[in-house]
Amino acid sequence: MGKKEKSMEKQKRKEEVILMKSAKVPLLKHIRREWKLYAFLIIPIAYYIIFKYLPMAGNIIAFRKYRAGGPIFGIEWSGLKYFRQFIRDRAFWNAFTNTLIINFSYLLVRFPATLAFALLLNEIKNVRWKKFVQTVSYLPHFIAVVIVCGMVKELLSTSGPINAIIKAFGGEPISFIQLPEWFVTIFVGSSVWQALGWGTILYLAAMAGINTELYDAAKVDGANRFKQVWHVTIPGILPTITTILILDIGSIVGSGGVFERIIMLYNPMTYSTGDVISTYVYRMGVGTGNYSYATAVGLFEGIIGLILVNAANMTSRKVTKSSLW
Amino acid sequence: MKVSKSYRIFQIINTIIMIIIVAATLYPFLFLVAQSFSSEKAIYNGEVTIFPVGFNIETYKSIIKQGDFLLYYRNTILYAVLGTIISLFSTAILAYPLSKDKLRLNKVITPFVIFTMYFGGGLIPNYVLVNSLGMRNTIWAFLIPGAISTYYVLLMKSFFASLPQELEEAASIDGLGTFGIFIKIVFPLSKPIMATMVLFYAAGLWSNWFTPFIYFDSKDKWPVALYLRQIIYGATSTNEISAGLDQAQSIAASVKSASMVLMALPIICIYPFIQKYFVQGMMIGSVKG
Repeated sequence: MGKKEKSMEKQKRKEEVILMKSAKVPLLKHIRREWKLYAFLIIPIAYYIIFKYLPMAGNIIAFRKYRAGGPIFGIEWSGLKYFRQFIRDRAFWNAFTNTLIINFSYLLVRFPATLAFALLLNEIKNVRWKKFVQTVSYLPHFIAVVIVCGMVKELLSTSGPINAIIKAFGGEPISFIQLPEWFVTIFVGSSVWQALGWGTILYLAAMAGINTELYDAAKVDGANRFKQVWHVTIPGILPTITTILILDIGSIVGSGGVFERIIMLYNPMTYSTGDVISTYVYRMGVGTGNYSYATAVGLFEGIIGLILVNAANMTSRKVTKSSLW
Repeated sequence: MKVSKSYRIFQIINTIIMIIIVAATLYPFLFLVAQSFSSEKAIYNGEVTIFPVGFNIETYKSIIKQGDFLLYYRNTILYAVLGTIISLFSTAILAYPLSKDKLRLNKVITPFVIFTMYFGGGLIPNYVLVNSLGMRNTIWAFLIPGAISTYYVLLMKSFFASLPQELEEAASIDGLGTFGIFIKIVFPLSKPIMATMVLFYAAGLWSNWFTPFIYFDSKDKWPVALYLRQIIYGATSTNEISAGLDQAQSIAASVKSASMVLMALPIICIYPFIQKYFVQGMMIGSVKG
């Protein structure tokens, strides 16, 4: 056993002793002593129970018949009826495939673009110019999606500037918004426009936390700027990259995050490429009142998402030794 | 310091890339502003690209004269202010105890809170719940169900945890109670995270049209975002078509653009001043979290 391990062992034992000491106070006594701090939690916990956990339990109506205005947990058991229904539904599979395609395309563009942008920002030497670029690039994050989609529609309208360029080169104007083949491009483009700058914040924070001595050591070893990025910066932000990738992969079946943008960019003409699970759930549930059916679809999506985050997390824990939990 | 030639070339390319990104970020805003001041004929003929053509302020005048817009704007301000206060307060009173390691129940409460980030009720159960609680058509349906964002709780929690504990201990020796410490010591020290949260929550409420859309039956409760959504997108769902809401085609592009500019204006005006705070707040929160 090495010296280091021995001292670690000692440290561990010490922590255990401290833990045991604090554990000696019975729980009730601990709560009574700290009741003022615990009292802060009463309202938030009530909130979580009512508005987060109750709807979670409300998913039960996927297995029960629900009557509008009736009890929130439904009126009678219906088994897997609604699941069997949507699995046979073409529109559901269309939405399911689109969800995967849209999320995957978005991830494929956003992930490298954000990382590259962060690395490039980190190389800017002029502090004021760097601040300016950052300030400008964060701005779209705060612009309402309703405005961003409005901009997209104006920019892509047949009399808009994009079509003006096409016409200037002698092309025919394209009515982008009406064409299914353009949907994914428009979605990814407008999302990346909005998310690019904001996505760099976590990377930049991680880069700021890298010990500058590592760069000095690399310099002494004769590493140029590019090699320093490769051997110091990237390893330094690897845990951040992993975390972000885990969350991204976990959300590849989820369509809650893209809901607002899609519901404003798509229309019946582009359902074939634009309809995703969340918009489908919305149309089926709030739109036409098939509450149980829509809940079953939503629950299906939620559970797959949960499994995916878990799988991504486990893989990451094995491969890179950093994970979310 | 000696800089290699290839690195200098890289710096030039990098500057060009940054200029392109800045231009691509700002252009849509310029275009919207240009359209809002242009004549409808010039827009229709595709003459507007960066600068207004046929400059006029009639569009803005007509929007403001038509009282509805002001009503929606007033609603939005009310929702944003009230909602931000509720959200900020509830997030803070949850994050503060969670940031204290000495609270043993946190071992249970923290996972209880975090789990909701990964799995939730989904749209329909939430919708059913809010309706059955009798909140429909009240502003509470808009402000309460989404009041606390778990992600923001975690950000605030790590910020609180990064504050020096000695100050709080000293204050408690001086006889200040738990709530007193929270208000008089912790709050003033937490300006960066509070400013960040205000911006996040306010921007979220400002841009939310969907929640009002599904819960508000009467038009006089609408926020600007919902009004915008209606004039820009017209009907996209079956029940709207049957309600005869397909009016998007008949609304002038200049009116749409001007309405978008008016809605984005407050955020764009406040943003540069809060910017330095939220970068700080985000970084402390994320590094520790």
